[in-house]
Amino acid sequence: MSFWKRFEKWAQQWNSPAGFDRLSALILPWLTPLAWALLIIGIVWGLAFAPMDYQQKNAFRIIYIHVPSAALSMSVYVMMAVASFIYFVWRLRLAAIFARAAAPFGALVTALALLTGAIWGKPTWGTYWTWDARLTSELILLFIYIAYMSLQMSLDNREQADRLSAILAIVGLINIPIIHYSVIWWNSLHQGATLFKASAPSISASMLYPLLICLAAFYALFFAYVIRAMQNHILHNRIQRLLER
Amino acid sequence: MAFDSFSAFLQMGTHGPYVWSAYLIVLLSLVGIHMMTKIRHQRLKAKLAQLKQEAN
Repeated sequence: MSFWKRFEKWAQQWNSPAGFDRLSALILPWLTPLAWALLIIGIVWGLAFAPMDYQQKNAFRIIYIHVPSAALSMSVYVMMAVASFIYFVWRLRLAAIFARAAAPFGALVTALALLTGAIWGKPTWGTYWTWDARLTSELILLFIYIAYMSLQMSLDNREQADRLSAILAIVGLINIPIIHYSVIWWNSLHQGATLFKASAPSISASMLYPLLICLAAFYALFFAYVIRAMQNHILHNRIQRLLER
Repeated sequence: MAFDSFSAFLQMGTHGPYVWSAYLIVLLSLVGIHMMTKIRHQRLKAKLAQLKQEAN
């Protein structure tokens, strides 16, 4: 048996409502507490122990929630688009459920990235908002998330809703590199990449560690959320089927 | 600690209102979405159990 076949067989056991319940029971009991613990450690470290930035003073501390929100707003979208593609090509039901469950969290962190960025912008740039490439493309991402969720809700036929919104998610993927490279392609008030670039991070270790912890916390929170939300979608489908009988 | 006193920590120089409002919004949102999915999960489980009992 080839490796791929063996992997397929192993993965198959989770690809049913009962299998997914077992997977959730295996992961959630430690992932959820770990996520909150990481968040508390990262935030306390960033707020109280990381040194003050010599230029931006204490407003820079918003970085510990702004960067994870912004990073997640994009990576949740990429995961959603990949899941949509998998559903579109291989008709894997669980992939569609993942995409549907992930969208509200993605929209929330996008809104949080915009809000915390605006609050950070006031003391550092002197304005809450400017129609700058980075800010505008992130706002477009929020609109794409909202459009995706509206499309999901507006169609009663589950299959049709999943297929159409999968197309939307895949097409919307074009916006992700635009957000990432916006600070390079256009003149922007927004500072360039600190972490997600080819060279070493341009941030002191004393400020970097709490940022990495917060980033890990946001990822853990997302996965804990999405597993629960997927379970909810599966439960909802089961209830609908029982009611239709 | 990066601050000399607790009041200096709360004030954050002149940036207190910005820093604290940003953290408050994020924490409330994260706790909120977490609680909402949890409550929905409990409701759906109860509903499914009820439907199964009625079917029997």
